[in-house]
Amino acid sequence: MSCHNPIADLSIPQGSKKIVLAGNPNVGKSVFFNALTGLYVDVSNFPGTTVDISVGKYKDAVVMDTPGVYGVSSFNDEERVARDVILYADVILNVVDAVHLERDLFLTQQIIDMGIPVVIALNMMDEVKRNGLIIDIEKLSKELGVEVIPTTITKKEGLDKIHAALDRAKIGNPISEIKSLMDSVVDKVHVPAEALLVLEEDENVLDRHNLDNNYEQREYIYKIRRNHIDAIIDTIIVETNKGASFKTKLGRWMLRPLTAIPILFLMLFLTYELIGVFVAQTIVGITEEVIMGQYYYNFIMGIMTNFVNEGNFIGQLLIGEFGILTMAPIYLFGLLLPLVAGFYFILSLMEDSGYLPRIAALVDRLLTGLGLNGRAIIPIILGFGCVTMATITTRLLGSKRERFIATMLLGLAIPCSAQLGVIIGLIAPLGGKMLLLYTITIFIVFTLTGTLLNKIMPGASTDLLIDLPPIRIPILKNVLKKTYIKSKMFILEAGPLFVLGAAIITLLQYSGTLEIISDALAPITVGFLKLPKETTQTFIMGIIRRDFGAAGLNILAEQGLLNPLQVVVSLVAITLFVPCIAAIMVVFKERSWQESVIIWVGSFVISFLTAGILAQIVL
Amino acid sequence: MTLDLIDKGQKLEVIHIPDASIRAQAIRLGIYEGAKLVCSEKLPAGPVILQNRMQEIAIGRNLAKKIAIKSIS
Repeated sequence: MSCHNPIADLSIPQGSKKIVLAGNPNVGKSVFFNALTGLYVDVSNFPGTTVDISVGKYKDAVVMDTPGVYGVSSFNDEERVARDVILYADVILNVVDAVHLERDLFLTQQIIDMGIPVVIALNMMDEVKRNGLIIDIEKLSKELGVEVIPTTITKKEGLDKIHAALDRAKIGNPISEIKSLMDSVVDKVHVPAEALLVLEEDENVLDRHNLDNNYEQREYIYKIRRNHIDAIIDTIIVETNKGASFKTKLGRWMLRPLTAIPILFLMLFLTYELIGVFVAQTIVGITEEVIMGQYYYNFIMGIMTNFVNEGNFIGQLLIGEFGILTMAPIYLFGLLLPLVAGFYFILSLMEDSGYLPRIAALVDRLLTGLGLNGRAIIPIILGFGCVTMATITTRLLGSKRERFIATMLLGLAIPCSAQLGVIIGLIAPLGGKMLLLYTITIFIVFTLTGTLLNKIMPGASTDLLIDLPPIRIPILKNVLKKTYIKSKMFILEAGPLFVLGAAIITLLQYSGTLEIISDALAPITVGFLKLPKETTQTFIMGIIRRDFGAAGLNILAEQGLLNPLQVVVSLVAITLFVPCIAAIMVVFKERSWQESVIIWVGSFVISFLTAGILAQIVL
Repeated sequence: MTLDLIDKGQKLEVIHIPDASIRAQAIRLGIYEGAKLVCSEKLPAGPVILQNRMQEIAIGRNLAKKIAIKSIS
């Protein structure tokens, strides 16, 4: 085993056989994984990525699930992680979508070329029948040189045969030209499978063996592999009818603007009902106010007041207004966790049903103007849940340029759900005109900032090139599992930042710095934004928790200190104002410090400038 | 001609894809120089959707402008 194998960090007993699940996205790998492993599963996140690997046990072997990929290479984080798990597998269970053999068999043949023993689960056989396809499975198995087992895993069909076949997994028929190329480099690597990736110019694998990229065989190898697969497919598939099923039609409707836009609005409305109403009000009412706000608060105060005095610095730090044992966990678990879980639930539903890539295609045109492509809709949707979480997700974007633009837009113009609730509560009673004024202002800033960044930033953003999987009914168990894993990852990644943020705020407050900043801003607030001096304090509170700031405005409005137009101006300022302290820290963690400073200072300036200009016009 | 000029429902053959990294990603999805596909959908000013049997791929308009094709019947 190679000494620089990154998967060595995972907790795998020495010497046990590793069965790795591999396949394209949305082919049912996770269902196989659950069926094989049962309850005891360990999920670990790969450092610096949003990618998780599940590890479980099957008989004496260790089973590992990998992210869905179209091939073993390193075009993105998912691929890099999947590559390292696949490279060092003892047996691979390759799950193949029988309806999409052209796409899926490329990975299959690549694994076979690597020389790793494989069993193929030819999944979704029910759809093969429904779509009028006939596949000569015996012939496919003979051509590939490995066992091909037809399965419909959602109905557990074929699972018993998979169990039996795993013990008989064998090395398939590699493409002979590729095999002979591999023989020429195999002495330069640790395991034979790496030889293929050296030839295919995988930069990480080349680096690990201190090899220069002078092989340049990727294009040639991909081409003969493609031709090889296409030739096999031509001889094994017979199409008996071409009638489009309802799901195919639904998939089209989700793309054509005339039907796609109403469908999108319906989905957004349902999302709002689920998250904005049910989770944000009913669930959070219980978790934040009762469970965390009363039971937890009383519990922790009951213990801590025995040891520390609330009046001194240590007391403030631990259990004060912004204490790391009081505010931080109440905010994180009481308010954010339910919202974040709700958003991940919706996102997983969209992903597993095949709807998400269609939204990406639908909005691609709008986002290219901002220097992003359709894929950036994922962090933007998540941003309405929690900007901190969304900023972490910008990792999936294709270039540094896109990651910067998306981070800037998220920090600047996307109000998170915590804030959105208070904003809607404040603005709704003021009538449609005020709501429109607010929405249009934020939208203009969002569009203008993206457009300008796209114009002035060097380089080019990546283009959309995305597989549109068939529309399928998601499996609830998988959706819930994904929601759980992602929410847990959020708590692990963002939790420490919220604690640190709370500590910094306490420090700033205790030292009087908050007051100094507030006083320094007051003249601008009064003179340029035409708002009462007290508003400055609420802006500062917005750094601590975005909803605190908005809630502060609520109090001022109730006291009659703000008229409706002033409410709009201050809401614009607080929406655009620097994101909460946890989001700021996640920006610093994800981006370089220069970029982070630009984002931080930039949103600060844009916020006051926009609100000021708006104030000068309307007030 | 380039891919952005294709009409919906038209069959086409891919002649040239400019960027090596795009070529490598596209070939795995069945889009490569010489591949014969159908334009199954075209979003207004947006992505072009290419289809091969049950497989569908969305290609951003800017990328489509860089892909050389010829229409076939």
